[in-house]
Amino acid sequence: MSPDRRRFLGWGAAAAAGVALAPALRLIELAQARSPEEAASALQRWGLLIDTAKCTDCEVCVTACHEENGVTGHGRPATDAQWIRKVSLRDRRTGYAQTLPLMCQHCEHPPCVDVCPTGASFRRADGIVLVDKHTCIGCRYCVMACPYGARSFIHEDVSGQKPDVPRGKGTVESCTLCVHRVDRGETPACVTACNRDGGKAMVFGDLNDSGAEIYRRLRSQPSTQVRADLALNTGVRYQGL
Amino acid sequence: MARTHYREIDGRSGGFYALLAGLGALIAAGLGAAWYMEHYGHYVTGMSNRIVWGTPHVFAVFLIVAASGALNVASIASVFGRSLYKPLARLSGLLALTLLAGGLAVLVLDLGRPDRLIVAMTHYNFKSIFAWNIFLYTGFFAVVALYLWTMFEHRAGGHSKPAGMVAFLWRLVLTTGTGSIFGFLVAREPYNSALLAPLFIIMSFSFGLAVFVLVLMAACRGSGRALGDALLARLGRLLGVFVASVLYFVVVYHLTNLYIARQHEVEWFILVGGGVYTALFWIGQILIGSIVPLVLLFAPALSGSHRAIAAAAICVIAGGMAQVYVLIIGGQAYPQLVFPDKEVASSFFDGVVAAYAPSLPEVALGVGGVALALALTAVALKVLPFLPQSLADGDVEPVKA
Repeated sequence: MSPDRRRFLGWGAAAAAGVALAPALRLIELAQARSPEEAASALQRWGLLIDTAKCTDCEVCVTACHEENGVTGHGRPATDAQWIRKVSLRDRRTGYAQTLPLMCQHCEHPPCVDVCPTGASFRRADGIVLVDKHTCIGCRYCVMACPYGARSFIHEDVSGQKPDVPRGKGTVESCTLCVHRVDRGETPACVTACNRDGGKAMVFGDLNDSGAEIYRRLRSQPSTQVRADLALNTGVRYQGL
Repeated sequence: MARTHYREIDGRSGGFYALLAGLGALIAAGLGAAWYMEHYGHYVTGMSNRIVWGTPHVFAVFLIVAASGALNVASIASVFGRSLYKPLARLSGLLALTLLAGGLAVLVLDLGRPDRLIVAMTHYNFKSIFAWNIFLYTGFFAVVALYLWTMFEHRAGGHSKPAGMVAFLWRLVLTTGTGSIFGFLVAREPYNSALLAPLFIIMSFSFGLAVFVLVLMAACRGSGRALGDALLARLGRLLGVFVASVLYFVVVYHLTNLYIARQHEVEWFILVGGGVYTALFWIGQILIGSIVPLVLLFAPALSGSHRAIAAAAICVIAGGMAQVYVLIIGGQAYPQLVFPDKEVASSFFDGVVAAYAPSLPEVALGVGGVALALALTAVALKVLPFLPQSLADGDVEPVKA
């Protein structure tokens, strides 16, 4: 074999390998979470889709959330924090009963963010609504403003905090959509638990990603927002409500 | 009219020191309550995740609303040129400052993190009405202090009218801001009304004047000053007009809601089936806060009686506290409408009227704020000439027909 021919074959093999591998590498890149240095991007809008027909009487989403985020109670229901709760509904006229999980709805126009005097309540570029624990002064105006009763004021000392989830007495908190997991490319704890041990009623994903299941289902099936009349464009959507 | 002579109160009697000692004890109790709440957390209060604003906020909002209203007597003199009220203008400005200080102290000490007050002063979200209010409150102190200076300083006497005009406009904006804290809450049916801003303004007229009348009567009595019948009768009639105006706004507010089908349930809650809130509305706000004072102030048999005017002012304050309580706490106790047309139940008290009872620390903090306002007033009256030597009818301008 002449050296020229050998070189040609070598280059050819490399090119073929490159062509074959490039999409795979690209897929890995897409699947990988962004690096911690990279800012959240408005190209994404994280959200949840909850199918109430599949939501059973279980509370695995609630348990998983509170375990993941270190939210423990003191046996005082009126003042203990709840990031997610199961709500039982019964239609006043027809008597039709159903149950669903309710948490921060991660609005595009969050009233909690509007009213916060210090800007501690904020909406990340990718749609996740959070509280900056360093600038929250504990005025509770956001609790007054939230249409979903999704926020809790921390009424006493907290213990057993998780490294990813800072909490503190005298500040307000709510569902973070497990932002620490989302930033690692994982799904929120409630969704993981529901799909593993519950009714598989919850889907998490990017509302802007045409390849995502949540995008396809919202596009092809009916869904509703809670208090849609307020025009807040929630990131959490419900089916069967 | 003879030139008005102002003089400090003597402030050396046993009664004065007893007053200061009593107020000091209440202030200390308030501070102790604040420390207790911050140390253990708010679970030691009656507040919860459903009633996040409790009794301290009732006191704070009342004091802040009354503060802006207390300035009205000065405004009537400077801005509207009624010289009868001019000798009262300094006390009016003083009460505006001290009541606001008392109210803000309560508000700040109830924060979950009062140690982070500096954060509130350095981080602003200008879409938040609370953030506007931080500027409106601090600005009010500056504007009223300047206004008072123009009253005290002869060389600045000519500037009293423009300063009074700025202070008057500022206080209208300030009370609009206080009312809008509630008025702009879209997701709570008992609030969410532009009517709350003008309602708060007229409430401030009424509450502020009631406090002013009582402090004026107490200061004159305590310092042995004459207080003319005609002057007091004039203040009493003005108070009556304000009380009637508040009642008018309250009636319009509820009639509007009664006309709107989706507001029927919240109206039923306040007017009929809300238990303690319904009782406070009818007995506290309407009977004691509106009807009784109107009778005391306008019944011909009582006309101008000092006791009737004092009793009316006390009723206005009691009814005003009931009104703010029904608004703030009743408004939160009423369940939020998250799922219209559904019966709702959860472990987080969805769909039920939230339970609340004022706790001792909350009441102590609120009363401490009132005591702070009164103590600051008493000390100021002693160190600076806020009060005329005499307010007898012959010493102030005769009342025009």
